[in-house]
Order: sequence, then structure tokens, then C-alpha cells
Amino acid sequence: MTWSTVLDAAGGVCLLLGAFMCLAGAVGLVRFPDTLSRLHAATKPQTLGLILVLMGLSLTLRTWAAVTTLVFVGATQFFTSPVTAQLVGRSAYRHRNVRTDLLIVDELSEALARDGGADGDGDGDDARPPASPDAPGPLQP
Amino acid sequence: MTDRPTKQGRRHRASRRGGFQPRAIIAVAVAWLFLWDRITWGNIVNGLIVGLVVTLAFPLPSIEFAGHPRPLRVAHLILRFFIDLVVASIQVTRLAFSPKRPRNAVIEVPLRSRSDFYLTITAELNALVPGSVVLDARRSTSTLFLHLLDVGRPGAIEEGRAHVYRVEERVVRALGSDEEIADLERRKREEELA
Repeated sequence: MTWSTVLDAAGGVCLLLGAFMCLAGAVGLVRFPDTLSRLHAATKPQTLGLILVLMGLSLTLRTWAAVTTLVFVGATQFFTSPVTAQLVGRSAYRHRNVRTDLLIVDELSEALARDGGADGDGDGDDARPPASPDAPGPLQP
Repeated sequence: MTDRPTKQGRRHRASRRGGFQPRAIIAVAVAWLFLWDRITWGNIVNGLIVGLVVTLAFPLPSIEFAGHPRPLRVAHLILRFFIDLVVASIQVTRLAFSPKRPRNAVIEVPLRSRSDFYLTITAELNALVPGSVVLDARRSTSTLFLHLLDVGRPGAIEEGRAHVYRVEERVVRALGSDEEIADLERRKREEELA
């Protein structure tokens, strides 16, 4: 068994595992009941899946040119995926697109009710608490 | 709490400082080299030009960072993060294929440190670790709001909260100055007494 066979095999395992993780993320995206739960599926297995696919690729390609690009792709994913999740979660919350019946505790609504949605930043992005789930009001003007 | 006015004053100054940002330019240039895969003088010069244009066209407030990275603790932070990411992915995967309907929660976690930098890093790391997604962040009080997935069993919510604090502590210990670490320790002791 040569060194390159070992690397190829390891790369193949990484690719398969990564593909499975991405599949799991997709299944979660379909099966989870609301936007906020779906965000979990869209960020975690998906990120790990991508990392594994990138690792698999670098193990099989084995050139520095490929590895640097793949590292760059991975790093970009790390920086962007939490930001995207936060923006989606935040707008879902503000547009009352939240299944409150699935929440045991909701301290954001409490905090927003406490100080009227002003978050004290002065950057004009103060949020409003979501209304009850059976009154899905129109988008905020 | 007594040190807040001065910190806010400093943050205000920092947010006004725009314009020439050599560190950001170098970071963009390095990213550019990664994209082109070859280190040539042409690529370096082009990268620096792109960096200059990007930082001038989209100026960001430069981040207040008083500490210095400690390699061993940074390595520990990264290693723990990857373990957490794997655990999180397995958890979400199991939940995705199980018939169980998750019970969730939204919690408020006021961080112990007061810095945009640590708030950002803690939020980023927490977004990818078991059971939490950051929904909202408040700069004024360094507070994070997180959505916790599948916290139906007792004690799970407190566990989630404690986890955020552990990540924050790891971040400050890895990147903070001695003063900031001492500050965090003090706050922690105060909370334990309270």
C-alpha cells in the first residue's frame, strides 16, 4: 500500500462523510418545524460537511494551488455562515415568523417588551417583539 | 461597571477613525494571493491595490484590540471549537432524522467582557456550536440573544448559558490583555458571590 493510496482513501472517506453531513443539513432544513430551528440545520452540519469535502479534495488533489484556494473557501464559510444565520434569525424574529409555541423560554421578547425594542445602540435598528403566532401581521413598515 | 464610560468613549473615537487601514489592506492582499495561487510581484501589487480600494470604498470602524494572542490558548480555542462543531453537527443530524419534535428556547446572555471584538468572536463561535444560533446582539450592553435547539430536558437551558460563558472565557484568555483577563476573573467572582 503506497502513501498516495492511503491519502486517496482518506480523501474519499472525507468526501463521503462531508456529503452525508450536507445531506443531513438538507433533511433538517425540510423537516424542522420553524425558521429558527432550520437555521441550526443550515449552519452546523452544512459547515462541517463543507470542511470535510474541502479536506477530502485537498487530500486527493495534493497541490498547493488547490489547498490554498480550499483553505480560503473554508475560512470564508466560517466567517459568513454565522452572520447569515444571525441576519435571517433576526429578520424572522422581527417579522413575527417565529413559532412561539415551540419555545419554552423567550427572553428576547421579554427584553424587547422591557425597553420597548430600543437596544440603545442608536444605530436605528431597534426591534419590535413578535405578536402572538395566530396573528401573523403584515411586514413592519 | 465603573469602567464603562471610558470604554465607550474610546469606542466612539475608534468608530470615527476610517481611511487608511494598513492591516486590512494586507489582509485583503493575502486573500488575493490565496485566490490567484501564485506569489508574483504582479499579484502582490494588485492585491495591495485591491485592498486599498476596498478599504477606501467600504470603510469599517477599526476594531479596538488591546490584547495579544497567546498561541497555546488560541490552539486550544480552535481545537475545542472543532470538537464542538462535530458534536453540534451530530446532534442536528440525529434530530433531523428522528421523529421527535424539538422544544426550543430563546435566551439572553449578557457577556462579562465589554468589547465589540470579543462580542463578535464569541457570537461567531457560538453560532456554530451545539444547539445555539445567535439571533440578536446588543453592542451597548454586550448582550447576545441565542436560539437554543432541543432543550426539552431539564437543565439544558442553563447548560446552554454556561456554554456561552465558557466560550467567552476561552476567547478572552486566548486573545485578551492581562488587564482584560483579570477583569473577567473579577466579574466571574462577583457573580459567584451574588
